[in-house]
Amino acid sequence: MTDPNLSSTDLLRSETIPPPRHELQDPENSPTNPTGKWGRFALICVPYVWLLLFFLVPFVIVAKISLSEAAVSIPPYLPVIDWGRGLLGLWEAAQRWSLDNYIWLTEDDLYWRAYVSSLQIAFISTLLTLLVGFPLAYGMARAPRSWQPTLVMMVILPFWTSFLIRVYAWIGILKTDGLLNQALIAIGIISEPLVILNTSIAVYIGIIYSYLPFMVLPLYSSLEKLDTTLIEAAEDLGCPPWKTFWRVTVPLAMPGVIAGCFLVFIPAVGEFVIPDLLGGSSTLMIGKTLWVEFFSNRDWPVASAVAIVLLVLLVIPILLFQRHETRRNEGDM
Amino acid sequence: MPSKPSWFNLTSLVLGFSFLYLPIVILIVFSFNESRLVTVWAGFSTKWYAALLQNEQLLEAAWVTFRIGLTSATLATVLGTLAALVLARQGRFFGRTLFSGMIYAPLVMPEVILGLSLLLLFVAIDQNRGFWTIMIAHTTFSMCYVAIVVQSRLSGFDRSLEEAAMDLGCPPVRTFFRITLPQILPGVLAGWMLAFTLSLDDLVIASFNSGPGSTTLPMKIYSQVRLGVTPEINAICTILVVIVTIGVILASLLTKRQRFKRMEEERLAAAHL
Amino acid sequence: MAKKPLGPVRRAFSPWDDPSEQPFIEFRNITKRFGNFVAVDNLSLKIYKREFHALLGGSGCGKTTLMRMLAGFEAPSEGQIFLEGRDLAGVPPYKRPVNMMFQSYALFPHMNVEKNIAFGLEMDGLPSKEIKSRVMEMLSLVKLEGFAKRKPHQLSGGQRQRVALARSLAKRPKVLLLDEPLAALDKKLREETQLELINLQEQLRMTFLIVTHDQEEAMTVADRISVMDKGKILQNATPGEIYEQPNSRFVAEFIGDINVLDGQVTNKELEDVKMFSSVLGSHLDVCYPTAANVGDHAALAIRPEKMRISFDKPERLGTNAIQGEVWDIAYMGDVSIYHIKVAETETLRAIVANTARLVERPITWEDQVWLSWDSDAGVILTR
Repeated sequence: MTDPNLSSTDLLRSETIPPPRHELQDPENSPTNPTGKWGRFALICVPYVWLLLFFLVPFVIVAKISLSEAAVSIPPYLPVIDWGRGLLGLWEAAQRWSLDNYIWLTEDDLYWRAYVSSLQIAFISTLLTLLVGFPLAYGMARAPRSWQPTLVMMVILPFWTSFLIRVYAWIGILKTDGLLNQALIAIGIISEPLVILNTSIAVYIGIIYSYLPFMVLPLYSSLEKLDTTLIEAAEDLGCPPWKTFWRVTVPLAMPGVIAGCFLVFIPAVGEFVIPDLLGGSSTLMIGKTLWVEFFSNRDWPVASAVAIVLLVLLVIPILLFQRHETRRNEGDM
Repeated sequence: MPSKPSWFNLTSLVLGFSFLYLPIVILIVFSFNESRLVTVWAGFSTKWYAALLQNEQLLEAAWVTFRIGLTSATLATVLGTLAALVLARQGRFFGRTLFSGMIYAPLVMPEVILGLSLLLLFVAIDQNRGFWTIMIAHTTFSMCYVAIVVQSRLSGFDRSLEEAAMDLGCPPVRTFFRITLPQILPGVLAGWMLAFTLSLDDLVIASFNSGPGSTTLPMKIYSQVRLGVTPEINAICTILVVIVTIGVILASLLTKRQRFKRMEEERLAAAHL
Repeated sequence: MAKKPLGPVRRAFSPWDDPSEQPFIEFRNITKRFGNFVAVDNLSLKIYKREFHALLGGSGCGKTTLMRMLAGFEAPSEGQIFLEGRDLAGVPPYKRPVNMMFQSYALFPHMNVEKNIAFGLEMDGLPSKEIKSRVMEMLSLVKLEGFAKRKPHQLSGGQRQRVALARSLAKRPKVLLLDEPLAALDKKLREETQLELINLQEQLRMTFLIVTHDQEEAMTVADRISVMDKGKILQNATPGEIYEQPNSRFVAEFIGDINVLDGQVTNKELEDVKMFSSVLGSHLDVCYPTAANVGDHAALAIRPEKMRISFDKPERLGTNAIQGEVWDIAYMGDVSIYHIKVAETETLRAIVANTARLVERPITWEDQVWLSWDSDAGVILTR
């Protein structure tokens, strides 16, 4: 009776506590829905229609064109649906659709190699980014409180500066007569310049560099939440520091690790600028293949088929990531 | 938190941030190089900046980029804020899953796919490519970023404020403009800034959707980079980096100062009673 | 339970006993469902003009939902709500003549105190001169005259609470709704503010409806209390009736501390009832009007302060006495609570006022004592 906020009857009846507020809200019938019935309709429609028109419909078109065949015409594919004839035009065009482009993708091993090497490069560079990012995030989370906002700001800042510029900055460093080789020769580690630019190593460096903020930020946010008394408790119970790191810190940072890895892996698979500028002709990645099919070979149907396959490849990690995020958010609440 | 960082932590911070910043610093330093070579230092000069001012093509591209950024960021902010309101406030409706999917997908979708698909749309409807097509493309993907930023602001928003306004006789639309909007404004502005820089940076989507006379700055830089590294590009990159950095730092300082002032006032209020 | 001193002596006020009186607010067969969850379950309630009514219950009992339906933030799934005989269905919250004080206060952070209080008046389109004078009046009512230009974050918790109160009173609503208005204040400030609320209500002669989970608060401020559980009102009565004549085990246990003994009615003559408690193995005399008949299972509930303890068996007529051992003593300052073990599985509590200072406690741990109470001290509960 002394603390009215925690009366025992409250605790006893916890099973009757209603679902959380956000689930209780029923905007459709809520008299406080700030828009009213027609307002609600308009509010939903405007962004919805925009996204349908400029995001979803384009994908349908990509899918359609991937079933067409290339032609020397404007637009450079056949058949073209004759909308003047309505559904009949659609029907006639549909009869000429075929899976030839997809069969072509499986027959020419260039595409296979491009897909596999994209996944491989993305996977390896994700792991490397984790290796580089974890100590940085850990150092940030353990830095004095007053530094932390500045440190976070410093990680975010490169994200705001142009991607292209950041990739470009590495060309001058990694070139055969570039600054890295000059420095290494000057110190005497090597006598002959290393060939780094136009190899996969340059691509790894570019991806690590460009996507490091995506890895560090989620890592930092889970490490920063980590209660230091947990580590003290582990050490108090006789766990040596390195073991505490593996048994307490790493498991608790896992949500951040997973989120960071997805955030690096998914965009890295379809990356174009980095392999194009740093990887040269020797690096095969699917984003680049698509670009070349489209701009150089002007084979729009094959480019579309490449895009569809890339999308299918990415659907699984994207869905996994989304599930992980919803679970993480629920866990936070 | 330990008050003094350990040597290990300090080293990882120094190495990590050197890795992040050194390439940019080198790029900036060599934009002031006298020599045409970007790897050998030959003395200080600002001649490459002067040369930029003579390069009309580059200036034209910069102007196009700026206009596209301004219009697409503004449009994306309006659409993204609406989308955030739908996601945060409208509960269930027909096709909600599809809607939130379309908001999140562009964030993880490879740019090549986004660029290609929009281009094919514009070809299908026989639309000439140029300023407007790039603008629409940029609006479409940056509105999703705006929606996420504004939504996170909305989810931290005390709904009883809106209820209180209505309880005091304020009709819904007026409540939005007098109560909701002032509260989410920082998020909306941050969304605008994000959309603007995204548009400023984009190469891939713009390349697919540009037409004659609508070459953007990143496209221009890209075509020159392929020909080799030159101090001129370093100079233009430096200008872009400096503009963005100043903008971001100013914005964060402003919000920081406001927050500090607020905290100070809260402390005073608590001390008085 | 220590009862708080009341504010000014109240006039005799009991319109609910007058059958000719029309209710000011009426909830008629209200049900509210959120999906499968029934928040309010076929509930009816009448509240009278100038009444200070409290909805009391634990979290999730539906009290807040009921209030939000009156304010217009939720629409009832079934049933009707009347205000002065007018059905409120379809009237949006911004057109209802009721105002609410929110638990979070919901002060607009971007407006200063003055602007916050003026907000509702502006919405009514009052001339600015009148708004100004009304705002001043409200500021003096809540004693915040010097704070007109402050922003909410520049105020202390107690000041914010008073601004919120002033803002909801500024429009002179027909009903003021208070949603856990004092939950965020510390104990001392909360007790002061409770008295201020009573004074304010007397002064403004308005109808107040308060939602609270704090039974002491409800007892202090309200004319009548509705104790709610699982979307239903279990008892709607004055604080005295709720405390002394609870109609169910839930109400008895929710308000204050109480000893409950299960038993069976063995004899009944008008109000004189005999009950057998198997746990004590003895017959008990109770004088209480009850609907229970001979053979029915019922519970006997006695407040600890109505229990006495002594070394000798009291021999007065009409007194129940059982023997037990002092198991525990909780010294609270003003009173001590004795836990007396009367059976292997039953411990009863008795409250003894500490009337003298520096007295060696006459009854102490492990003493064998008699626990006694008058036959009219207990209440028979059938549900």
